[in-house]
Amino acid sequence: MSSVVVNNIIKTYGKKKEVTALHGVSFDVKQGELFGIIGPDGAGKTSLFRILTTLLLADEGTATVDGFDVVKDFKAIRKRVGYMPGRFSLYQDLTVQENLEFFATVFNTTIEENYDLVKEIYSQIEPFKDRRAGKLSGGMKQKLALSCALIHRPSVLFLDEPTTGVDAVSRKEFWEMLKRLKEQGITILVSTPYMDEAGLCDRVALMQSGKILSIDTPQGIVSTFGKKLLAAKSANMLQLLNDLKQCTQVEDAYPFGEYHHVVIKNDGKKELTQFLEQKGYAYELKETAPNIEDCFMQLMKQ
Amino acid sequence: MKQFISFVKKEFHHIFRDLRTMFILLAMPVAQIIIFGFALTNEVKNSKVAILDNSKDAATISIIEQIEASRYFEVEKSIHSAKDIESIFKQGKVKLAVVFPQHFNEDLQHFNKAQVQLIADASDPNVANTLTNYASAIIMDYQNRITHDRKMPYTIVPEMRMLYNPELKGAYNFVPGVMAMVLLLVCTMMTAITIVREKEMGTMEVTLVSPMKPFRIVMAKAVPYFLLSSVNITSILLLSVYVLDVPINGSLVLLVGESLLFTLVSLSLGLLISSKAESQQTAMFISLVGMFLPTVMLSGFMFPVENMPLPLRTVSNIVPAKWYYTIVRSVMIKGVGLHAVWKETLVLTGMLVFFLGLAIKNFKIRLA
Repeated sequence: MSSVVVNNIIKTYGKKKEVTALHGVSFDVKQGELFGIIGPDGAGKTSLFRILTTLLLADEGTATVDGFDVVKDFKAIRKRVGYMPGRFSLYQDLTVQENLEFFATVFNTTIEENYDLVKEIYSQIEPFKDRRAGKLSGGMKQKLALSCALIHRPSVLFLDEPTTGVDAVSRKEFWEMLKRLKEQGITILVSTPYMDEAGLCDRVALMQSGKILSIDTPQGIVSTFGKKLLAAKSANMLQLLNDLKQCTQVEDAYPFGEYHHVVIKNDGKKELTQFLEQKGYAYELKETAPNIEDCFMQLMKQ
Repeated sequence: MKQFISFVKKEFHHIFRDLRTMFILLAMPVAQIIIFGFALTNEVKNSKVAILDNSKDAATISIIEQIEASRYFEVEKSIHSAKDIESIFKQGKVKLAVVFPQHFNEDLQHFNKAQVQLIADASDPNVANTLTNYASAIIMDYQNRITHDRKMPYTIVPEMRMLYNPELKGAYNFVPGVMAMVLLLVCTMMTAITIVREKEMGTMEVTLVSPMKPFRIVMAKAVPYFLLSSVNITSILLLSVYVLDVPINGSLVLLVGESLLFTLVSLSLGLLISSKAESQQTAMFISLVGMFLPTVMLSGFMFPVENMPLPLRTVSNIVPAKWYYTIVRSVMIKGVGLHAVWKETLVLTGMLVFFLGLAIKNFKIRLA
């Protein structure tokens, strides 16, 4: 059964609809799935989330959440989903506990009733429960925001860039929490600009400029790469990149961490090696497995 | 209901934890009353007077004594030559000079006629007018005393009575004005700002995705401001009665009732502004320019509406504070009942229905 169904959603902004944020986006998310929407800033992730949480109206297309229409049944949706916007949106001048209590009451429940669901997350910030939310660190703010979004046991959880601006350790912890929430049967839609987080989702939609490039499992997306990928390194990385781009066997070359990733035409490794030998400087060249980011780069080119 | 209460409780937390808000809400009304009551007043008190007495006889000394004894004047100094008059006015302290010619008393006794010159600094025409009137009154008073036992052939004696405010106190005028200003400030501006702040901070985004009805979210934000306004009405009335000696001549219940009506009008204006404004600055700007200025200028509190040209008089009719100001003055100072202010009350009620209706119609259940 599908928990979220998005059907050809178009969203434009401006009086003359001059800016198009979403160009006919469609996908569906199964019940209990951890679904990632991966894309850089400006891809349309926040617009999409706001349409699904009934905060914005789409220009065209339909969408349902838990079987309810986002326009007609917005009241029903607002009762059953949890939403965590990209920007920290809790009351900064209320304490940690006051924020959580407030959201529990607003959703007609109590902290005690659903404590088991948030316990693991909330217990980490509980020592600071009398601290004002505005004075928390970035990671703690995210944990509090997640606790507040979960306190009413939502059936679908929308997390808009929950890990942006959060340190690496907190990010890892955050994803582990999401996995455990998934085990509770909650459908989770999470957006992120970080490609490395895509692998942690059940399925991902790669988004760019308001369009979905591909929807599949992370493994599925990687398997569609279909080309040979090499990693190259030398003392002068800039020169290496320029040289790589000149080689006829190279389809694409781009910096990737401490290496350059090089997409080559079928079996062009030998020729590339010869090409680089002529340049006469020391380099390292090895085969490597493509990941989501490589796929994203490839999809963007198409 | 429980949700509503928790919203109101949260709003009180916001107010009590922000010193600036607390100050605007509770200290400012008190400060305004005190400042208007003791510092900013258009009453003429203890004005400095210079005396040039060329006669120095029994009559002039007696008149000078009376001038000095009056609470309006304070004799700054005596000058000895007409040339000095110009220079003391230029110094700016002295507002009025009284000049007695030579042989004042002799002229008075023998020719039944004497002249005294009053020279006023008319750079502020109202003050100059008031001062010469007061001084004339004192001189007339002296004349009446000396002619008391003589029969004058024809005399018309105007008997003046200042009704409702026999001492011509400024407080009678500004207490109603300050009440209107404070209620408008608290209810319209603060309410609009606090709602728009939630939009700006993104908290509106989260609270909208909840079972709480969107309009209730906004109403819950207005409740604390309504309650605080009641506190302000009480403190302003207490201050004016016990500190400024302004009596409440009419029914207290009516006065409070009308004030609550005006509070509701201001709140609905605040809600209307918040539904239109996207940033706190815009909300503040609209409240100040659109509400606060007309209240000060066009309600009759600073400048009498009756003396304005027709276009301004027409515009003043859409300023809620004008009606409220009229009501408070009538009920508090003149002591009239509802039968005398029902028209104004009806206008305010109409405004409440109109603005609240417009606010509800404009209210957005989504972000855009």
